[in-house]
Amino acid sequence: MRYDQARWTHDAASDDADASEDAGETDHAHADETGDDQYEPLLAEKNSEEVAVESPLPDELTRDSVELPDLSEPELARHYTRLSQMNYGVDSGPYPLGSCTMKYNPKFTEDVAALGDAAVHPDRSDRSVQGSLGLLHGLQDYLARIGGMDAVSLQPPAGAAGEFTGILVAKAYHEQHGEGEQRDEIIVPDSAHGTNFASAALGGYDVVELPSGEDGRVDLEALEAAASDRTALFMLTNPNTLGLFERDIEAIAEIIHDAGGLLYYDGANLNALLGRARPGDMGFDIMHYNVHKTFATPHGGGGPGAGPVGVTDRLAEFLPAPRVREVGRSEGEGQGTDGVYELFDPEHTVGKVHGFEGNWLVLVKTYAYIARLGDEGLADASAKAVLNANYLAEQVDYEIPFGPFHHEFVASAGDQDAADVAKRMLDYGVHPPTTKWPEIVPEALMTEPTEIENKATLDQLAEAFDAVAADDDETLADAPHTTTARRIDQTSAARDLRLSWQALDGE
Amino acid sequence: MLAAVGADEVTELFDIPESVAFDGEFGIDARTEQRAERHVRDLLARNDDLTEFLGRGHYDHYVPSLVDHISQRSEFLTSYTQYQPEITQGFLQALFEYQSMLVELTGLGVVNASMYDHATALAEAALLAARVRSTDGDRVLVPDYLLDARRDVLENYTDGAGLSVETYATDDGNVDPETLADAIDDDAVLVYAENPTTLGTVEEHLGAVSDLAADHGALFCLGSDPVALSVLQEPESVGADVVVGDAATLGLPTAYGMGLGLFACHEEFVRQVPGRLVGASEDDADRRAYTLTLQTREQHIRRERATSNICTNQAWVALRTAIHAAYLGPGGLVDLANDCVRLASDLADRLDAVTGVRAPVHDRHHFREFVARTDRPAPAIARDLETEGFAVHAVGDHELQVCVTDANRHAADDLVAAVEEVA
Repeated sequence: MRYDQARWTHDAASDDADASEDAGETDHAHADETGDDQYEPLLAEKNSEEVAVESPLPDELTRDSVELPDLSEPELARHYTRLSQMNYGVDSGPYPLGSCTMKYNPKFTEDVAALGDAAVHPDRSDRSVQGSLGLLHGLQDYLARIGGMDAVSLQPPAGAAGEFTGILVAKAYHEQHGEGEQRDEIIVPDSAHGTNFASAALGGYDVVELPSGEDGRVDLEALEAAASDRTALFMLTNPNTLGLFERDIEAIAEIIHDAGGLLYYDGANLNALLGRARPGDMGFDIMHYNVHKTFATPHGGGGPGAGPVGVTDRLAEFLPAPRVREVGRSEGEGQGTDGVYELFDPEHTVGKVHGFEGNWLVLVKTYAYIARLGDEGLADASAKAVLNANYLAEQVDYEIPFGPFHHEFVASAGDQDAADVAKRMLDYGVHPPTTKWPEIVPEALMTEPTEIENKATLDQLAEAFDAVAADDDETLADAPHTTTARRIDQTSAARDLRLSWQALDGE
Repeated sequence: MLAAVGADEVTELFDIPESVAFDGEFGIDARTEQRAERHVRDLLARNDDLTEFLGRGHYDHYVPSLVDHISQRSEFLTSYTQYQPEITQGFLQALFEYQSMLVELTGLGVVNASMYDHATALAEAALLAARVRSTDGDRVLVPDYLLDARRDVLENYTDGAGLSVETYATDDGNVDPETLADAIDDDAVLVYAENPTTLGTVEEHLGAVSDLAADHGALFCLGSDPVALSVLQEPESVGADVVVGDAATLGLPTAYGMGLGLFACHEEFVRQVPGRLVGASEDDADRRAYTLTLQTREQHIRRERATSNICTNQAWVALRTAIHAAYLGPGGLVDLANDCVRLASDLADRLDAVTGVRAPVHDRHHFREFVARTDRPAPAIARDLETEGFAVHAVGDHELQVCVTDANRHAADDLVAAVEEVA
């Protein structure tokens, strides 16, 4: 398969010709005013209007004018359709970004999130939003079962926010035990997601970086040395970022718990374990779920996601406020009874991590996905995700230093530059893997095909890897060719900052 | 495929010790798509169909159909963060355009894409202020009308940095410069105010807030939203250093509080900004192209020294906000904002004419919403109104808050009639 991405171009030279043809039309600003060769022009370059602000408010409380793009609906529809054509999503083709779990997003989940009944305000009375509360209660329950946890908060709006919430919970727990001041360290493996380090720092903790063992897993001796009466939390993802299951997880839990610390599960890789193992059964005290990874809510170009947090019984009283609980049953409209739900604040809650209840629309999609798949579908997802990663790895020429891996593997580009490999893979019609991370693998290509690919697309991915492996450095450095844009100059972007169209003036 | 990996069964591929393997069941029944859709639809149908006159940080405006149709295009919806900019120019350009429109509305040179919501954006503003502060202080000053939830988030986010959040009193829904002058000192790193405020009042003393902050080496952070910004005083011109707010007042309908954190600031702070920034550059064909930039600020590179822990954000909502703003254009946006002024003023006047109600409580101009005083206890009135099919806020023993926009104006007559019945 080859892929030539749509490419709308608007070059200054050809514009001059356009401009003379359109000499009679003067009310539209033209892109050639900036003298730029470009792809689809910016909204403001198509037409921008400045309007004077006349308002019922006194002049001294208003601005004088506002200048924004002014385009007809058909012009906008075309603008954004073209932009969409210059963008690549899971529905376009394989998207094996390691650690991101780019699954197919079932369309019906969008439909239920768009229902008028879902469009309610967060300050409604509990009794008037029993449907929303029922769904949230159901999702708390689903996630608790899937993670082996006792209580769940749905409020954190993303995985990193979930991590931060978990850290707040751990801090509250240690404070309750009179060890808040003393436990000022969070241990994080060197191969962990960057958010782990940043969330720990946000919580005011010192980060203790744990070097990986030779097998790519947690080194128990190093952990013993790192754990102490200063340890508040150990943050771990399992399978880890190399796709390896931490076989010593029970010993790890024992070391941390013996030191008086808590064990945190970063849910980024939960897709590998669905129906096979649960963090709660492994000794984890706190976990977050990345619903935009594991439960197929769309990634939306970078979000919104949601990062619900699950905890064991002894930590439930610290979860963010409010949560949802069932307080009775009422006669349902059909057969049986409906739950009666209310919001409540956990007894020693850490308070709020979002201004309202988090990313509601994402949570609706999560609930719908789990309700569709059930036990059977969830277990099938992990089976196929792991099989797909193993099959793809088998077909790829690049060396894969660590194993046995699960839903993802990290290959090494060897003498090639992994970033260049990624650019060249674009020319072979696929989205490349995550590159240059984790650093334990030189020139890392972190690859997660997910359960959605079939043999044909896995073979297509393998062909892309292997074709690039055989390409010379010059070819790699010159890639990509078939994408909308050619190789983009990152240095120029950072050195000569242009963060708005206002900043392009005089370019 | 199993043969290719040398396994007889897929379970052989799992390297999970027996002792922690899960052999139980979740007890979640699988459903067909049709049944799953029906299940969720039936569940949500248990929500009462009320006409909402609710605001206080989460607002409803009509979202044009174009926004839904375009944002649902799967090339946008099913993509991820633009780590490979050459193949994701479309989303990058849409985010660059979002940043640009908010640069126009705030007058500040840097807008990120994006934060989670208003509350977390405010918290990030305080952390930014602490990083760039010219003094050694640790005080964050917030007005007494600040929503409890926003204050809670702010405290949670800033506790680790050793900041303390302190409240200053306001007067009749506005900052009282003298009171603020007494509260502020050289230990302040950030002074926060809103326009419009959570009470719906338009702030008249922004310049004084800015001067006081500047006099003490603190940053001035202003809370607002894109609709209000199109008519109210431009933040840059009144001396705001940072603007935060919920940008999803454009782009999202009522969504149980889900939002889009607006974050704008002066260019001098650009290297301390949290979250994603899209910049223009050039590609090998010498055409202008867009890319995520200054990524060395971010957690995946800088780890515990990053400017924030944020990774996944609200990019798709930012896309929707940009489409909505572009759909309205400058004229449409100003008209919508002016409607928010007139509708609130008209409805307050009409409720004021109802026996047992005085509105607005604050002798100020209002935007979208206002507080009304009631003779009967407000919670009882709110409950009775719910029976009549309306939702309003009870914000005090004898205080209601009512929010009116283009989305519920059609029901304003009925609301007034219902209040006449129950007030």
